[in-house]
Amino acid sequence: MLATCKHRRHGFLRSDIKEYTRETVSMKDTPLSNCERDFILKAIEEKKRLDGRQTYDYRKIKITFGTDYGCCFVDLGQTRVMAQVSCELVVPKESRPNEGIMFFNLELSPMASPAFEQGRQSELSVKLNRQLERCLRNSKCIDTESLCVVSGEKVWQIRVDVHTLNNDGNLMDAASVAAIGALCHFRRPDVSIQGEEVTVYSPEERDPIPLSIYHMPISVSFAFFQQGTFLLVDPCEREERVMDGLLMIAMNKHREICSIQSSGGIMLLREQVMRCSKIASVKVSEITELINKALLNDKAARKAGGRCGFAESMPQERITALKTDQTAVEMTDVGETASSIVQTAEAPPQTVPSPSVPVPGVGQVGEVLRNTWGLEEEEEEEEEDGGESSGGDSVEEVTKMDVEQHQGDKSRTVDVVEILDSDEEEDEVVILYPETTKKPKNTASSSGQKGAGTSRKQKKK
Amino acid sequence: MILRSGRWRCGWSTDFRDISCQAARSSVRMFSVLKERVGEILLPGDEFCCGPQDTLPLTDSGKSERLVAGPGLRRSGDRLLVSRSGVLRHKEPNKFWIESQQRRYVPAKGETVIGVVTAKSGDVFKVDVGGSEAASLSYLAFEGATKRNRPNVQVGDLLLAQLVVANKDMEPELVCIDGSGRANGMGVFGTGGLLIKVSLGLVRRLLAPRSDLRADLEQLFPCELAVGMNGRVWVRAGTVQQTLVVANLLQSCDAMTAPQRQQLFRRLQQGAF
Repeated sequence: MLATCKHRRHGFLRSDIKEYTRETVSMKDTPLSNCERDFILKAIEEKKRLDGRQTYDYRKIKITFGTDYGCCFVDLGQTRVMAQVSCELVVPKESRPNEGIMFFNLELSPMASPAFEQGRQSELSVKLNRQLERCLRNSKCIDTESLCVVSGEKVWQIRVDVHTLNNDGNLMDAASVAAIGALCHFRRPDVSIQGEEVTVYSPEERDPIPLSIYHMPISVSFAFFQQGTFLLVDPCEREERVMDGLLMIAMNKHREICSIQSSGGIMLLREQVMRCSKIASVKVSEITELINKALLNDKAARKAGGRCGFAESMPQERITALKTDQTAVEMTDVGETASSIVQTAEAPPQTVPSPSVPVPGVGQVGEVLRNTWGLEEEEEEEEEDGGESSGGDSVEEVTKMDVEQHQGDKSRTVDVVEILDSDEEEDEVVILYPETTKKPKNTASSSGQKGAGTSRKQKKK
Repeated sequence: MILRSGRWRCGWSTDFRDISCQAARSSVRMFSVLKERVGEILLPGDEFCCGPQDTLPLTDSGKSERLVAGPGLRRSGDRLLVSRSGVLRHKEPNKFWIESQQRRYVPAKGETVIGVVTAKSGDVFKVDVGGSEAASLSYLAFEGATKRNRPNVQVGDLLLAQLVVANKDMEPELVCIDGSGRANGMGVFGTGGLLIKVSLGLVRRLLAPRSDLRADLEQLFPCELAVGMNGRVWVRAGTVQQTLVVANLLQSCDAMTAPQRQQLFRRLQQGAF
């Protein structure tokens, strides 16, 4: 491999270049050292993974939905992905005049990894896009004929945009879960046709309608090592760098395979593929359960008029954007500590005081804005469905009005205002329409919402 | 436990700047003001003025004290400004600095870092140390290396090296020997073992002279650690399982307070894992 000294003077040796590119090291990403590669392979031979999982274990999956219909966040360990569905009326394709159009787009944002460049279609991006399309479009999970409004003239175009927010391996699985979750969550506007006229109703006029989804295809990835001898489910980023090949199986819970794809050029035996499909069916049914549960939770939260959306479901972390729940915390005396803190903390106000209107277009409920930084002491984070909270939480301030839009209430066209806590940094946009005629309505409705406000505080306890 | 690394304090020596204020009495005043706030959390924008004061104690000796301002503190005219958020620390007799937590490494001269060789070109290796640019390492900068006797370094190897040139205008340069030509623990290493990335604060805690964290780790099981100031730690223990345990411990210790960490170690010793 080493040429004579004369060649060395000219810079890179050809063999060096070959070795360099074979490693597929991205220009900006940290290169993987030989030591790490050897260690990971050795550990896999001993059936050990870097984060202590078993070979067939998935990382913790967390699915949350945003305030808009069709927005879904999926956390697969540290991998984070967001999908957003939107719709538009367009002219259909000429070959299929009575079918709607589905459009998928997966973007690898530079937020996710230094190896991703903005705008450039890298090989990985093309591969993921293709896999997502095959998984969702070719499986015909959505009834496209129901998307037709006027045959040959107007159909709905459903657009699914998936953005990767953090890459810690296995983007494909996270993207497929996010996409199907967002599609199940999405509601399109209602449409009525009278003769030649087509009326599209806004969400305030008529409830939007969910899409008709036949089944939920979910992809499961298997990473292969040592020429197919060892396999791992849900590889993390370092494992992905070391793997020989990847097998991706997209299935639904009725054990129908929607798409199966193998990359990396490894040779797999028939028994291996059968075994993988059996494992995939188990995993897919678990993940489908998770998605359905998340959808139900979201539906219940919206119906109860409580706060919904991802700002609500994020645990109250201030500085870090990603959760780290790998650390085990000693919890033997948490009960007594928590109750002692609750006893010594001051009681929250029982009723929300009536709102004051200092200036036209601005409403204020509660006390003056107060800095609550000093009170932020969380012992361990709990999810949005309650649990213990430290004393700091009980002093929350409602500083803006909380007006929820009731789904079934057509008589009152109230503008939606999101409730904001002064200590929430992931703030949703507050839309407070400065219409003087609406003010009396708002004040009336806010007193009606007192129950919702206090019930939430009680729920937090 | 075998610990390999360089002295970490020398890495900050270039960041310490002498501040000797003009007025003798006011410098003493600033010194005492700073001394009071040692251990407090400061934010960027906080400042310490040494302007003329109305009342001064009569017992002032009047000699000017030199204040050495370390990383995170900047002098601007008469004032001392805080440019990073963190805790104010003090070392006798006159060094003050802000201890902050960050994960991104900025190469600084004199620090010992762990790098990954990314390319060999001619007689120079390109090594990634986690900064914005890859550092260069000459093949002659190894112990006992001559033009005929080249070191055995391959692409992808791990190295422990010291930065000799590191500023914002030039590409960083590394060497694997110290001033007298000896390796002193530096060079290629790492057959077996795992490389993990931690925050810079954890690395400093590991390298501190009397470190609780190191003492706790010593109780567990014998292992070998190489600590680089760029946030990279290489761990090797007897078995793969033990190596994984230590690696995961270090990564989770980053965000824990001392009592939490000790509980975790106690659980480990009782054989929870």
